[in-house]
Amino acid sequence: MRREGSPWRGVGAVFLKELSDHLTGARMFVLEWLIVLTAAAAVYVSIQQIKNTSAEDPFLFLRLFTQASEQMPLSFATLLSFLVPLVAIGLGFDLVNSEHSRRTLSRILSQPIYRDALLFGKFLAALAAIGISLVALWLLLIGLGIFTLGLPPSGEEIARALVMLVVTIFYAGVWLALAMLLSTVFRSPATAALAALGLWLFLTILWPIFSPWMAGLVASREITSAEDLLSALSVRQAFARASPSALFGEIVSVVLDPSVRSTQQPMLAALGLALIERGSIPGAPLPFLQSILIVWGQIVGLIAATILLFVADYVVFQRQEVRA
Amino acid sequence: MSDVVIDAQGLTKRYNGAPAVDNVSFTVARGEIFGLLGPNGAGKTTTILMLLGLTEISSGAARVLGHDPVREPLAVKRRVGYLPDSVGFYDYLSARDNLRYTARLIGFSEAEREARIADALQRVDLAEVAGNRVGTYSRGMRQRLGLAEILMKNVAIAILDEPTSGLDPQATLELLEMIRGLKREGVSVLLSSHLLDRVQSVCDRVALFQDGRIALMGTVAELGRQVLGGGFAVEVEAEGQGLAERLAQVPGVTSVETTGPDRVRLLADRDVRPDAAAAVVHAGGRLRRLSVEEPSLEAIYTRYFHDHGAQHAA
Repeated sequence: MRREGSPWRGVGAVFLKELSDHLTGARMFVLEWLIVLTAAAAVYVSIQQIKNTSAEDPFLFLRLFTQASEQMPLSFATLLSFLVPLVAIGLGFDLVNSEHSRRTLSRILSQPIYRDALLFGKFLAALAAIGISLVALWLLLIGLGIFTLGLPPSGEEIARALVMLVVTIFYAGVWLALAMLLSTVFRSPATAALAALGLWLFLTILWPIFSPWMAGLVASREITSAEDLLSALSVRQAFARASPSALFGEIVSVVLDPSVRSTQQPMLAALGLALIERGSIPGAPLPFLQSILIVWGQIVGLIAATILLFVADYVVFQRQEVRA
Repeated sequence: MSDVVIDAQGLTKRYNGAPAVDNVSFTVARGEIFGLLGPNGAGKTTTILMLLGLTEISSGAARVLGHDPVREPLAVKRRVGYLPDSVGFYDYLSARDNLRYTARLIGFSEAEREARIADALQRVDLAEVAGNRVGTYSRGMRQRLGLAEILMKNVAIAILDEPTSGLDPQATLELLEMIRGLKREGVSVLLSSHLLDRVQSVCDRVALFQDGRIALMGTVAELGRQVLGGGFAVEVEAEGQGLAERLAQVPGVTSVETTGPDRVRLLADRDVRPDAAAAVVHAGGRLRRLSVEEPSLEAIYTRYFHDHGAQHAA
C-alpha cells in the first residue's frame, strides 16, 4: 500500500518553528552558557600550560583542544564529551511528549502532513540549534587561540579541528535521538529526562568502569605474548565502544593528535608500552587522511547509532495513539 | 459531486481485541450538522480519529469527501478541519503565531496566510487580542481560536469534538452560533458531545452512541416518536370538573396523566393544543396554561437507556 503525498511536506515549517523555539527559549540560553563558561575555563588553563612549554610542536594549536593539566584535569575535548550529551538531552527530552501534554498533537497532525514531518523537523531543528552553538564555540576557541598564542593555525590543524567539530555534532545527534526516543516512549517529560540522564551517567561514567571487568570475563586468558595483550585490549575496546562517549573519545584522540597511530595507543601507553609498526618512524606525525581512516569506523558508528535510535523513535511514534 | 460528504460503513476499532467502536455506520450530507452523542467513553472520539486517518481502522471502511482516510490521509486532512476535545495551543506563542504555524503546515503562501488569519480572527472576535500569548486565554477563547483555525483552513467539513464542554452558558451560545455560521457557508459539521440539550438546538440529525455502537439515529423529532412513543407531551393547567376525562377524548391523545391539582399531562402523537383548549373551554373550565414539550434529547436519551440498560444488566 502506497501513501499519497510526500512525507517531507511540512518539515520546513516544523523545523523553523522548533528552531525559533529553541533559540529564543530560556533552556537553550542556560545550556549554552554552561558550555561556554566551562569551556572558557578549560581553554584558559590549557593556554597557560601551552605558553609554559618550550618544546617544539608542529601541532601546537591542536593542544588547545586536548591539553589537560593538574589544575584542570579535563581538556576541552573531554569537557565536550561530557557536556554535549547534557545539552542534547536538555533539548530533546520533551520534544514529543510535550505535544501530548499541551494537547497540540492531534491538532497539528490533523493538518495535511504526515507524522514523519513532525519527527524529522523536530530532530533537525534541535540538532541545528546545538550545531549553531557548537560552531560559535569552535570559532570562539580558534579566535582565542590566535589571540593568546599569537600564532595562526596551519591548514591541516584547521582541517583536523573542523573534523572534530563535525564529529561533535554527530555525537550530539546520538544523544538527541536517544532523548527523543525516550520522550516518545515516556508520556511524562520528567520520566523521560530522568531516564535519559540515567543512561547518560551510566554510559559515560559507570560503563568505562564496568566494561573492562566484563571484557575480562569474556577473554580471561593468561597474557603471555604481545598478541594476547593486543587481543585482550581489542575485547576491552569492543566492550567500551558500546558507549558513544568511548567512540567520541577515540575519534578525538586520533584526529586531534597526529602522533597517535592507533586507538589502542593510549591504552598501551598507560601500560608503559609503545606500538611500533614495521617501516614507520615512531612519533612521526600521521598524515591527515590517515588519521581519519583510523577512526572512520568510529565516525560511521556514531552516525549509525543516530540513525538506529531515530528509526526506533520513528517506529514507536508511528504506532502511538494520538489521544492520551 | 455526491451529496454525501462522510460515509462510514461498519467502522470498528479494537484495542487489544476489545472493541471501542463496534460496527458503526452513518452518513453525513453536504451542509448538514450531524451530532455524535453519548456518554464519555462511548467511542465518539475514536470514530472521529478514524475518519481523520489519525488512528487505524480495525475493520470497515470510511470515505470522507470521496477519499479513503487510510490511504489518502493528506487529501482528507486538507479539506477537513478538526477541533479536538480540550484543544491545546502553544501557550508561549501569540494566537496569530499559532495560526501562522498551522497555515505554514497547511501550505498557504505568505500573502494568502496573513489575509486568512486576520479574517478568521476577526470572525471569532479575537482580532483585538490576537497578539497576546495564548497562555493568557480563557477556555472559551481557546475554543474560538480552534474554530478560527478551521475557518482559516477553508474546509468542506468541520469536525468538532466536545466543542462546548467546560464553557459557560454565554460562551456556549456564542460557539453554537458560530457553528450555525459554518453551516450557512455550506460547511458540513460533525460534532460530538455529551451535553444533549445544547447540541439539540444545532443538530439536523444525531446518532446516539452507547458502548461503541450507534443505538439510535435520526432527527430529534424522529427519535422522539421512536423512543417516547407519543412524541408530544402537552401540559394543561386548568380549573374545572372532569377535565381529564374530556381531554382523553381529544383525537390524537394517547394517554392522560394527572400530575397535580388542576394539572394534567397529555401524551399525543401530534400537537393537540388547539383541540385541548377547545375541550377545556367547552367543559366550562378556566384555562390557565397550555404548553407543549418538544421531544427533548435528554428525555429520549434517558428513556432509551433506561429501557435498554435493563436488558444490558440482564
